[in-house]
Amino acid sequence: MAIEDDVLVIGGGIAGATAALSAADEGADVRLVTHKESTLRNASGLIDVLGYLPSDDADGASEGPLVDPFAAIPDLPETHPYRTVGVEAVREALAFFDGIVGDAYLGAHTDDNALVPTHGGSIKPTARYPRSSAAGLASDRRDALLVGFETLPTFEGPLAAAHLEAAGVPFQARGVTLSFPGIVRDDAKVTRYAHLLDRDETVSTATGAETGAREALAAAVEAHLEGEKRVGFPAVLGDEGPDEVRAALEAHLGVDVFEVPMGPPSLPGLRLEDRLYAALETAGVEVRSGVPVVDYERDDGRIDRVVVDRNGAEIPHRADQYVLATGGLVGKGVESNRERVIEPIFDCHVPHATDRYDWFSEDAFGEHPFARFGVVPDGELRPRDGSGNAEFQNLRAAGAVLGGYDYAAEKSGAGVSIATGYVAGRHAAARATDARLATNDEVTPQ
Amino acid sequence: MARDTEVLVLGGGSTGCGIARDLAMRGLEVTLVERGNLTEGTTGRMHGLLHSGGRYAVSDRASARECIEENRVLREIAGHCVEETGGLFVKRPEDSDDYFRKKLEGCRDCDIPARVLSGREAREVEPYLAKDVERAIEVPDGAVDPFRLCVANAVDAERHGARIETHAEVIDLLREGDDVYGVEVRHDSGPGKRTHRAPGTTEEITADYVVNATGAWAGQIGAMADLEIEVRPSKGVMTIMNVRQVDTVVNRCRPKGDADIVVPHETTAILGTTDEEVEDPDDYPEEQWEVDQMIDTLAELVPILEEARTIRSFWGVRPLYEPPGTGTQDPTDITRDFFLLDHDERDGVAGIASIVGGKFTTYRAMAEEIADHVCAELGVDARCRTADEALPGSENLADLENAMDDFGLRSPIARRSKQRLGSRSREVLETDEPNPVICACEGVTRAEMQDAIEQSGSDLNAVRIRTRASMGNCQGGFCTQEMAHELHPEYDEPTVRDALDELYQERWKGQRHALWGEQLSQAMLSYALHATTLNRDSDPAGRDGDLEYGAFDAGPDAGPDADADATDRTPLDRRADGGEDR
Ligand SMILES: Cc1cc2nc3c(=O)[nH]c(=O)nc-3n(C[C@H](O)[C@H](O)[C@H](O)COP(=O)(O)OP(=O)(O)OC[C@H]3O[C@@H](n4cnc5c(N)ncnc54)[C@H](O)[C@@H]3O)c2cc1C
Ligand SMILES: Cc1cc2nc3c(=O)[nH]c(=O)nc-3n(C[C@H](O)[C@H](O)[C@H](O)COP(=O)(O)OP(=O)(O)OC[C@H]3O[C@@H](n4cnc5c(N)ncnc54)[C@H](O)[C@@H]3O)c2cc1C
Repeated sequence: MAIEDDVLVIGGGIAGATAALSAADEGADVRLVTHKESTLRNASGLIDVLGYLPSDDADGASEGPLVDPFAAIPDLPETHPYRTVGVEAVREALAFFDGIVGDAYLGAHTDDNALVPTHGGSIKPTARYPRSSAAGLASDRRDALLVGFETLPTFEGPLAAAHLEAAGVPFQARGVTLSFPGIVRDDAKVTRYAHLLDRDETVSTATGAETGAREALAAAVEAHLEGEKRVGFPAVLGDEGPDEVRAALEAHLGVDVFEVPMGPPSLPGLRLEDRLYAALETAGVEVRSGVPVVDYERDDGRIDRVVVDRNGAEIPHRADQYVLATGGLVGKGVESNRERVIEPIFDCHVPHATDRYDWFSEDAFGEHPFARFGVVPDGELRPRDGSGNAEFQNLRAAGAVLGGYDYAAEKSGAGVSIATGYVAGRHAAARATDARLATNDEVTPQ
Repeated sequence: MARDTEVLVLGGGSTGCGIARDLAMRGLEVTLVERGNLTEGTTGRMHGLLHSGGRYAVSDRASARECIEENRVLREIAGHCVEETGGLFVKRPEDSDDYFRKKLEGCRDCDIPARVLSGREAREVEPYLAKDVERAIEVPDGAVDPFRLCVANAVDAERHGARIETHAEVIDLLREGDDVYGVEVRHDSGPGKRTHRAPGTTEEITADYVVNATGAWAGQIGAMADLEIEVRPSKGVMTIMNVRQVDTVVNRCRPKGDADIVVPHETTAILGTTDEEVEDPDDYPEEQWEVDQMIDTLAELVPILEEARTIRSFWGVRPLYEPPGTGTQDPTDITRDFFLLDHDERDGVAGIASIVGGKFTTYRAMAEEIADHVCAELGVDARCRTADEALPGSENLADLENAMDDFGLRSPIARRSKQRLGSRSREVLETDEPNPVICACEGVTRAEMQDAIEQSGSDLNAVRIRTRASMGNCQGGFCTQEMAHELHPEYDEPTVRDALDELYQERWKGQRHALWGEQLSQAMLSYALHATTLNRDSDPAGRDGDLEYGAFDAGPDAGPDADADATDRTPLDRRADGGEDR
């Protein structure tokens, strides 16, 4: 006997989690199975909606940064996932997301994008940002001190400050490089920095005195403040208790403290993942990770069941509706070999050039077709086959497994995952409820 | 008339750098000019095989003998650039028995130590060899790092007083009547040591004698003084795998053919190669079939290659040369020997010689021959010492071994950098400063980066060839930014930004022949990191026009700003403005 649910979501990244929460919110019984780490571990934790529009200019330069992402959505090509779900659904989905994360994220007070400093010292447009990054916004005119650490080569404070000024920010930025109190290994992981601060471990300072890690860090920074009203750090300020860590540093320094988002492993991304999984638990979604879906059985135009590999044992899972949220090339929801590009579970149609040399542009930041690889959805987000019909009546796709958009160039990654996850979850729940009512009808005819 | 230098060497590949070192050690005043970085030509695009001579033991015994001699010399003078992997000539059922026998005889005739292994014995050495491999001949092939070896020659030449000028392209040969007396070079602008000459300026450098060591480009240089040099550039592909499937050089034991060798190199294995004549050594097609052929054909020897992940492919052009009138059709039949062309004797033009053909493995012997010639021309009586004196980094390998223990080298990272730096390890790595890893794939630490930056300025491609940073699995996705950070504050922000862009684009280009499977996923991850997280593709710092920061969200607490200049903005701007005095 197979495991049975209303909705089975495959893939536990931001798209899958949103789909599961959205379906559960409509009253469906939802299960989520996922394989490996989601892309949130790599992503900065910012929720981009739309920062740039692809341009039709010959020079290929994109248009932006856009002040209002929502106003620009109708200008996107028709095949873009935002056009499939429509701008109103994007707004609803973001409101749904705001409800899930509560006050951990800001940006809901306006339609306008915010410009957040990057760890390379540029800025980038985004729609929602973690509270921990709020004091760093580039449109805020207060001068900023950027603090880097000798043992963290990914963030070079003085260089980032100079770069921000080259980007024309409306404030003065200055940087310093310090040694991080309590870090003894040159190659400590970012989580080590975070845990030192979370637990406020006792560390010895340059003078030999013993003190808490937060106190020691604040003291080291204080000596370098020259009237700046805000101080930025690489995003290592706490893993479990970032708010507390920041509050302690702010209390000591008497200025605002912010984090500059970083590359993998990204603590802000992981914190968001933790929040989403906590919400899944609260919503009663059954979650199991470490288990890939490896196969499926078809029944007419529907998926009858999928097969999940649990440490070698093949367990069938049945649901009325399925959501494919296995990610793109990074999450492995889209794969390729020398001959073709595939969606590995259901072999849904993924358009691509036959010559693999046409999959990319010669310029590292050119228009890369590979960035748009993914399944092609119909109006209900059901993947279509090569001739344009839904591959299965009861399969929907959400997030990076969808094709037709380049989230890296547009700055639209999390936004598309949230919008399509939300809509796929709503549709799946509605269909499952219809089905349940239909069977109830059969049992007790009236 | 006094000349700027006694000898002017054109070309900074292994041949040119070898000649510069040899002549400088003999006490001559030497200047070397190279249009790009050192190793920019064929030397930086070769297979990394330190030939035992086995490959030539049937077809070209003179070359085979020279290879084994030089192979022995390089193990001595450049131990830190050589990995003594050993090599196998492997016979499959369909390969000729007769050829196998000839190969063995040839090796023995040329003094190349050779031993026959059964198929089973060969698989004990290399477990991934195909099950049906019947026999193999074991020879002392090795792996050599052309970047380190070439740079070590240049560094040693400098120590002996030579001037090494990179990013200086020869644009004309200075010729008066039947005498060549120097060149005109154009100095390139851009980041790095190359800024030591004003951007785009030209310079005339005069010399008593000019040596044209520009390899596949020698014909182009010759043409500047109406000298005809019949170089026949021939391209070859090499495909890099993400792991080292073999620890021994694996050759196919059959006459000639494409895709017949796998060379282990650091953490990777490199498949090669093809042999196709091209018109222009700077512009030739790099074709998909070549990459496919490497994988498909070499999988006959090592089946797991079929499924393995490749990280990039690259091409090089052989500087093959044919004496006038030979007219060989197939480039694989053109001799691998080298030729010293004395243009005085050959064309009646004095003051210049060209050196063409040859192999990386025999660069030192080639350099010795030409240095002898130059000394004879200039009436200098000095002996060659390059075979006896170790290169910087290899002076004392026993020291190196001890140093490994001294430094408590359990960590693979430290061991890797020790191997790269050789006897210079202590000088470079002993630091009181924090020394974090900058490139995790190749285990390159800050101290090693800083040492390379000292040598090459802000040119991160030059730093890369010295350290291997950004040459591993991620192909720079995770470390190019970090590498660039190491340039600051010595170099200012715009220079760092340019240097990063240049390195990143270079790394991208090389991956295009590996973009499928895992490597395509990796490419998407790198692209996302650099475009999404860092916004490098739309960085306002690189663009014209001011960005109107005031139009964007400044945070929920940013109330209306009473700033005077806010009056001429839209209400939206005002709402979004931050306040300086909160
Ligand atoms: C380096 C980087 C930085 C980024 N920065 C930003 C940013 O700043 N802002 C922004 O908005 N976006 C950003 N993005 C984009 C954004 O993170 C992604 O678009 C988004 O996370 C994709 O989410 P997803 O849920 O669709 O896929 P993923 O997060 O990739 O999740 C897919 C999940 O499905 C699982 N899976 C795959 N196959 C199977 C199977 N067969 N069975 C079961 N499970 C399976 C995977 O293991 C994975 O857990 C960034 C992306 C990257 C790579
Ligand atoms: C595919 C392939 C694989 C190979 N594998 C091996 C191997 O495994 N083992 C081995 O021993 N040999 C191998 N070789 C051969 C070996 O790489 C070459 O013989 C050797 O590197 C040639 O060195 P070079 O210094 O003569 O030429 P190059 O390295 O090409 O040096 C010539 C230099 O001149 C410069 N130059 C050109 N024009 C100008 C100008 N106008 N002004 C200034 N400078 C200029 C170029 O930039 C270049 O750096 C291989 C060759 C190829 C093509």
